[in-house]
Amino acid sequence: MHNLTLTELSVGLANKDFSSVELAKFFLERIATLDERYNSFITVTPELALQQAQAADRRRAAGAAPALCGVPVVHKDIFCTQGVRTSCGSKMLDNFIPPYDATVVANFVAAGAVVLGKSNMDEFAMGSSNETSYYGPVKNPWDTSCVPGGSSGGSAAAVAARLTPAATATDTGGSIRQPAALCGITGLKPTYGRVSRWGMIAFASSLDQAGPMARNAQDAALLLNVMAGFDPKDSTSVDREVPDYTAGINSSLTGLTVGLPREYFDAGLNPGTERALRDAVAELQKQGVIVKDISLPHSALSVPAYYVIAPAEASANLSRFDGVRYGYRCADPIDLRDMYMRSRAEGFGDEVKRRILVGAYCLSAGYYDAYYKKAQQVRRLIKQDFVAAFNDVDVIIGPTCPNPAFAFGAKGNNPVAMYLEDIYTIATNLAGLPGMSIPCGLVDDKPVGLQIIGNYFDEGRMLNIAHRLQQVTDWHTRTAPGLN
Amino acid sequence: MIATDWEIVIGLEVHTQLATRSKIFSGASTAFGAEPNTQACAIDLAMPGTLPVLNEEALRMAVMFGIAVNAQIAKVSAFDRKNYFYPDLPKGYQTTQLERPIVGPGHIDIQCDDGSIKRIRIHHAHLEEDAGKSLHEDFHGMSGIDLNRAGTPLIEIVTEPDMRSADEAVAFARKLHGIVTSLGICDGDMSQGSMRFDVNISVRRPGEPLGTRTETKNLNSFRFMERAIALEVKRQIGVLEDGGKIIQETRLYDGDKDIARSMRSKEQANDYRYFPCPDLLPVEIDEAYIEALRASLPELPDARKQRFMKQYQLSTYDADVLGGDAGMATFFETATQQCGNAKLVANWVMGELSAKLNNADINIRESRVTPQALANLIARIVDRSISNNMAKQVFEAMWSGEGDCDAIIATRGLKQVSDTDTIAALVDQVIADNAQQIANYINADVSKRTKMLGYFVGQVMKLSRGQANPQQVNDTVLNKLDALL
Amino acid sequence: MTIERTDIEKLAELARIDITEQNISATARSISEILTLVDQLQAARTENVEPMAHPLDATQRLRADCVTEPDRREDFLALAPCSENGLYLVPQVLD
Repeated sequence: MHNLTLTELSVGLANKDFSSVELAKFFLERIATLDERYNSFITVTPELALQQAQAADRRRAAGAAPALCGVPVVHKDIFCTQGVRTSCGSKMLDNFIPPYDATVVANFVAAGAVVLGKSNMDEFAMGSSNETSYYGPVKNPWDTSCVPGGSSGGSAAAVAARLTPAATATDTGGSIRQPAALCGITGLKPTYGRVSRWGMIAFASSLDQAGPMARNAQDAALLLNVMAGFDPKDSTSVDREVPDYTAGINSSLTGLTVGLPREYFDAGLNPGTERALRDAVAELQKQGVIVKDISLPHSALSVPAYYVIAPAEASANLSRFDGVRYGYRCADPIDLRDMYMRSRAEGFGDEVKRRILVGAYCLSAGYYDAYYKKAQQVRRLIKQDFVAAFNDVDVIIGPTCPNPAFAFGAKGNNPVAMYLEDIYTIATNLAGLPGMSIPCGLVDDKPVGLQIIGNYFDEGRMLNIAHRLQQVTDWHTRTAPGLN
Repeated sequence: MIATDWEIVIGLEVHTQLATRSKIFSGASTAFGAEPNTQACAIDLAMPGTLPVLNEEALRMAVMFGIAVNAQIAKVSAFDRKNYFYPDLPKGYQTTQLERPIVGPGHIDIQCDDGSIKRIRIHHAHLEEDAGKSLHEDFHGMSGIDLNRAGTPLIEIVTEPDMRSADEAVAFARKLHGIVTSLGICDGDMSQGSMRFDVNISVRRPGEPLGTRTETKNLNSFRFMERAIALEVKRQIGVLEDGGKIIQETRLYDGDKDIARSMRSKEQANDYRYFPCPDLLPVEIDEAYIEALRASLPELPDARKQRFMKQYQLSTYDADVLGGDAGMATFFETATQQCGNAKLVANWVMGELSAKLNNADINIRESRVTPQALANLIARIVDRSISNNMAKQVFEAMWSGEGDCDAIIATRGLKQVSDTDTIAALVDQVIADNAQQIANYINADVSKRTKMLGYFVGQVMKLSRGQANPQQVNDTVLNKLDALL
Repeated sequence: MTIERTDIEKLAELARIDITEQNISATARSISEILTLVDQLQAARTENVEPMAHPLDATQRLRADCVTEPDRREDFLALAPCSENGLYLVPQVLD
């Protein structure tokens, strides 16, 4: 059952091959048995899952039910879930039980999906290895001595370990795509504004975007159908019709133009990753895709710009965690200042504190123009690079990240080395563009990802390309050793 | 201190709560006086993952204000975050407008004591959210936080340092109060904090560059403002004349004790790290939006003052007082429409009623005597049911809630006696009781009789226990005495 | 960019995060490294480039002025580390 895709599970439920309750019990059992190895969950919700599964079975029995009615999903622990602890991977919110649902969560509830639990993540989504979680690191199912990527490492590992057919995730600088690549699954970060941010705990508001993680493009399309949509509660949500992302997924690729940015095939790219990419591109060419060499000249500046903008926004977004209204408060504060200083020092982990301090620095008197304003200007240059490129090509393809999964602690005391893992994913967040990662090969027996960057709101075309590629390759069906 | 030796320079920052139903970024109620934290929703509490959406009415009101003060309205304005930690600021930043405020430079004209008109420039006005309240009552050594007020929409109005005396500052404040209440964008209730004045004050020798200024915060009445300015000016001149220096600082005025103290805590680490709020997008409005509001702008104090002078023949002073405040103007016009006597209504509103309101420290909208009730009272004066003096007693009783004026006149037996026969009988009685005085009157020189007449009138009034119509008594006494001659 | 101890102390105060004596130099070092990375921005030519705060060229949507939020004080206060009589309690606030 765990090897069935979301699409297959949906069909199986419709055909009454199994019930939603059976499915939920199966996956809950699997999580109980296997997740010790991966630590991909912060909270498992068996009672809620069974209750939702029963409701879904009744809904199915009553007649026409939506595609995802009764299928299990996992939410990244960054999405507020009413009545279920939402920690954001932080000690700060270890005791936080929201009295409201994120819009993404509510959309899944409305669709009848069954929530198995909340997945592990880097604290406040700040990290690329899942090592910053208060709940301990997540282990990569392909090699448990390696990181799963981050920040959505729990969601990625849970999907890769077949503990769930699908998961939600968020991406601020690559947090969907990079763990998807490192765990050998399919992940999609939609256009900024496509999916509501309401109830999703903010890291960097102008960069954060929620998206699906699944086994293949077809499943990602089903999930995006549920996640995408206008939300009047989010000022940055875009009021634009949501297409059926599964509708055009099998369209012909003939005549489509793909750009390969030369800056993404640089010296930093692992030769194994490059080979896998070139092979995938060759497959696309066989399907009539035209490949062009393009340039995104400001690519090298995306990491520096990001590490001003994201920390600056985060420094303000995380000020609300002050020990006054919810979350962690230090013991016996001697005065108000002491309450702030110690609650935040004890409640936040090192990486979060580091980024808050960097953000405060870049915004402080005398440094704003040199850092924050400069980064915002560079951000525009980066966007303009993409706008120019999309005048010539339909989509852009490159690596998701330079290397396959690295070992725990490999970049532990060097934040900058860790930041450079996101070198190919960050620019799309700065520009607000959609990006997607699909598995395209194995390097050192570990998966690597191919990134598809689309034009604004062109998720349908990205899914189409990914799906067609997955029709002629089998990287997405490979499973981690020892799982079967 | 010789005032002419020093020039006083004053600029104001005015926090004006907008009279919207819901908050600037959330759907929680803004009603005043609710139980603590019952009007603080997830957004106001900065619960994780919550997001702001701008209230269209707050924007509309800010633009109306801009139009009313002849200001440039920004076609594109934007929100910024101002970062600081305080328990009444749930997000750890205030959402405000720094770089691109909705209202640009404008001006308000005030009338000075000598009757001249002075123009006070508005630097800008911006939209922002109010903070909650820290309650300083002691909860076993802790403070209580009430976030009902958090997220209430404000416009902060910032003037240029154009005022040169406490009187000018108060005149400006009153004019501003009249404008925002006339626009209906603020209830003007200063005692509830609907308008809060921060006063920037410096002094200098005439002709010299601006001196170092201090900011006195949160003055919530015109009287406190006047006194706080006087106090601070005196302090600054004292320091300077003793050879000292003024330190730029924030000061807190205590109106009850008429003292001010430095708020040193506000001076630490004053680095607010403003940056554009990524949760809110630029606010765009077009010319048509502005023009539609301009066309539908309610009558403003200056226009109303002119109209009152013309329509009701009020003096300049009366028109200024009654037309300057929206509440007063509405009260005055409602009462006048009913009783038809503008002059009497004006006198009563500015006299007895204002005194009562001041004493009770309440707004005219909360007056215990309604415009209708006052109009009824005035009608009784006009139809001579009661004398002016009686009317004051009746008003007093109405204020105390003893009922409407007719009921009070009846139960207290205050009705004026205007019946000719009754008055004639009273006068006859007095003539009969005062034979000696009558004789004196008849024998007196004509030039002295007018004076003597007063004695008889007084006796008649006394006999009637004050209820006889004085004019009628006067006429009757004169006629009857003339007949004796 | 080199960050000094005094910079860290100032940032810690601004961000209200206590940094222990033994962590100051390590924090200064890692933040210096990040700022060195970030300093690559200075090479970019940005004359006449409008800073970009939002990825999309969208404008603010407006909400109707309606009261839509019910009183949920008890739900929210249940999350508070310390509360009494409907109020959030904090160590004494001194102006």
